[in-house]
Amino acid sequence: MLIEKEQDVVPFRNRVKEHAVKIGMSLLNQTKLITAASELVRNMLKYAGGGVAIIEVISQGRDNGIRLIFQDQGPGIKDIPQAMKDGFSTGKSLGLGLPGTKRLVSEFDIKSKEGEGTTVTIIKWKNG
Amino acid sequence: MDRIPILRMGKFLLVTIQIDLYDRLATNLETDLVQMVSKTGARGVLIDISALSIVDSFMGRILGNIGSMSKIMDAETVVVGMQPAVAITLIELGLELKGVHTALNVEKGMELLTTKIGSYEDEELEEDEISPE
Repeated sequence: MLIEKEQDVVPFRNRVKEHAVKIGMSLLNQTKLITAASELVRNMLKYAGGGVAIIEVISQGRDNGIRLIFQDQGPGIKDIPQAMKDGFSTGKSLGLGLPGTKRLVSEFDIKSKEGEGTTVTIIKWKNG
Repeated sequence: MDRIPILRMGKFLLVTIQIDLYDRLATNLETDLVQMVSKTGARGVLIDISALSIVDSFMGRILGNIGSMSKIMDAETVVVGMQPAVAITLIELGLELKGVHTALNVEKGMELLTTKIGSYEDEELEEDEISPE
């Protein structure tokens, strides 16, 4: 799904919710996943002016989950360990975005190259 | 332009957020509310978020802003009706919603506001009684 403007955030969240409901994720895990997704989509809009978000249903053994991939062609992140620290922000936000998001999901992966863009992948297992 | 309605009830302003807000709507609500507090001299603001399925850091910041802005306009803010899953998520995310009071539901929220503002007025009354002496 293409994310280009702030009005895309709510429809995207709804799409994530639909998928999460379909695999029978608990309300709490749904809420965590959607909140994490919302943070990452916002980051993408704010720092890279938009990008692409992909929603996938995945399974590992008996466990089902949702994988979300956020790709942008923005400026990239210079120092990822620093960006993952609580309270760090280059923008005027609270600086909770990345570390907070990581706490909400089962798996979190971030790759970034300065000048080329950033890709963030998160997984939330149904029972994770 | 879309707007979230703000209802006036005596010295309180009531806001019920019925839909998931996109950013513009949320920032509009912030400015509208502060202007309403100034215009009506409201002493309390009650925001019902029971219909919100998520509160992310942006929405959390807006709620905190409304609380701080109202505070310097001499009004108390109480946020009511937060869903349990939203509360858990907010804390894990690291948001504490500083500057706003919270209550379980609208009724408890109104009680809280009445106590806060009521007690303040009692103090003023006592001062008035003392001053003539």
